Amino acid sequence: MNAVIAIAGVVITELYRRKDFYVLFVLTAVITLLTGAVNFFNDPQIVRYLKEIALLLIWISGLVIAIGTTARQIPAERENRTIFPLLAKPVARGQVILGKFLGCWLACGLALIVFYLFFGLVSGSREHHWPLVNYFQTLWLQWMMLGVVIGLVLLGSVVFAAPSSNATIVLVIVVGILLLGSHLNQVALQQPEPVRSIVYAIYFLVPHLEWYDVRDFIIYDSPLPGWADFGLATLYAGVYAALLLFATWLVFRRKPLNL
Amino acid sequence: MQTILETRNLRVEYPAQAKGQGRKAAVKDLNLRVSAGEVFGFLGPNGAGKTTTMNVLLGFVNATSGSAFLFGVDVREPIARQRIGYLPELTYYYKFLTAEELLRFYARIFGIPRAEADRRIDRLLKLVELEPVRKRPIRTYSKGMQQRAGLAQALINNPDLLILDEPTSGLDPLGRMKVREIIQRLKGEGKTVFFSSHELGEVETVCDRVAIINQGELKVEGRVADLVAEHQANLEQIFLKIIGYSPEGPT
Repeated sequence: MNAVIAIAGVVITELYRRKDFYVLFVLTAVITLLTGAVNFFNDPQIVRYLKEIALLLIWISGLVIAIGTTARQIPAERENRTIFPLLAKPVARGQVILGKFLGCWLACGLALIVFYLFFGLVSGSREHHWPLVNYFQTLWLQWMMLGVVIGLVLLGSVVFAAPSSNATIVLVIVVGILLLGSHLNQVALQQPEPVRSIVYAIYFLVPHLEWYDVRDFIIYDSPLPGWADFGLATLYAGVYAALLLFATWLVFRRKPLNL
Repeated sequence: MQTILETRNLRVEYPAQAKGQGRKAAVKDLNLRVSAGEVFGFLGPNGAGKTTTMNVLLGFVNATSGSAFLFGVDVREPIARQRIGYLPELTYYYKFLTAEELLRFYARIFGIPRAEADRRIDRLLKLVELEPVRKRPIRTYSKGMQQRAGLAQALINNPDLLILDEPTSGLDPLGRMKVREIIQRLKGEGKTVFFSSHELGEVETVCDRVAIINQGELKVEGRVADLVAEHQANLEQIFLKIIGYSPEGPT
């Protein structure tokens, strides 16, 4: 466990020493603050649109941070050859994968906390109420979803040679799931065989990331899912992340290290 | 005397680089044995199989056949590397970390308690003369300083075996002398050192025993003094003779 925590610590250190993270962070924070500050036509309903824009930005930033950070982790270790002194210590390749996952996931969690803090302050100052439990559930579910995305990117990083191709492919898959994931079963019904079975198989195989998008519940102040559903969603994400990490380890454990 | 490092009929083959070529054997049935407290020089021309052998010992590459052991544990087990320190030929470290952070990172990997890690970091940074620049990122270091940071990380766990891959490569004479002094000091402390080098004069000075390999095959192994007496020549002349070099051309 020492090795996993140490590797995760280096991932987080690298992230906060990189400039691109701050650019994204400041950009999202500034846009969130600005959208919270404007007031068109004194319309009290305008705050909903502002919340929608702010949450969309947080979602995009979360995805960009998760995919951008994770995609370069293992390729950079191999390209800079820092993997060699690391594996010369009593560290297994599985621990490297776990450490990278933990580092990226915790870094995303920290970024989300700051984003939601901004969002809570901005929307709370406009609406004069603070649904903290709702914010917590929304943040948590987004963080769980990012765990699955990070697992997917790590798997891609041991399969694809270039981090850019990995990031692009995963981004397309994730956006595809977010937009179409919940409609795939209806699409399948309209297809002839064998396409129907294939689409159904995809529907049951892909992680349903769209379930974690509960932005509308906050925007329209609806009650969030119950704690049992919340727990099940957490378990579902945990199982998918574990499966993806296991697949990553299967590929990486005997992979040549570009010697 | 306890055997620290051992290879038994070690063979490493790489896939063909081009169609029609057979598999290339980088190491051919290598048998080595290094005992506790020895400074062992592993010599050979470029492409002889030295680095491949080290890569097997460090678990980076799997042997095609045969086996290798560190402290009696199969090198494929990560725990075999608990008591070793490794210095690569070039500096492969996280350049955004400072020397102090790098050492703390590796100390954490070994599970060294914080207070003990602090003591070791202070001692090692003094040993490799990086104390004044301990808070500077490694990317701002010269090559010699990076190599010394590498040496410090190799020693953070107080290893019983040091594996050094051309530790003085690319260093100026002063840097080479410092690395040599550190190896001598480790030898004095009873540590086992297994290192490859092209600096044969240096090898002759610090090594108890040497092995010379060429084209993946072990050509000679023995005590430096015995080899020099047997061949009536210095190590460089012995080396050149064994790899088939003559002033007129290859023999």
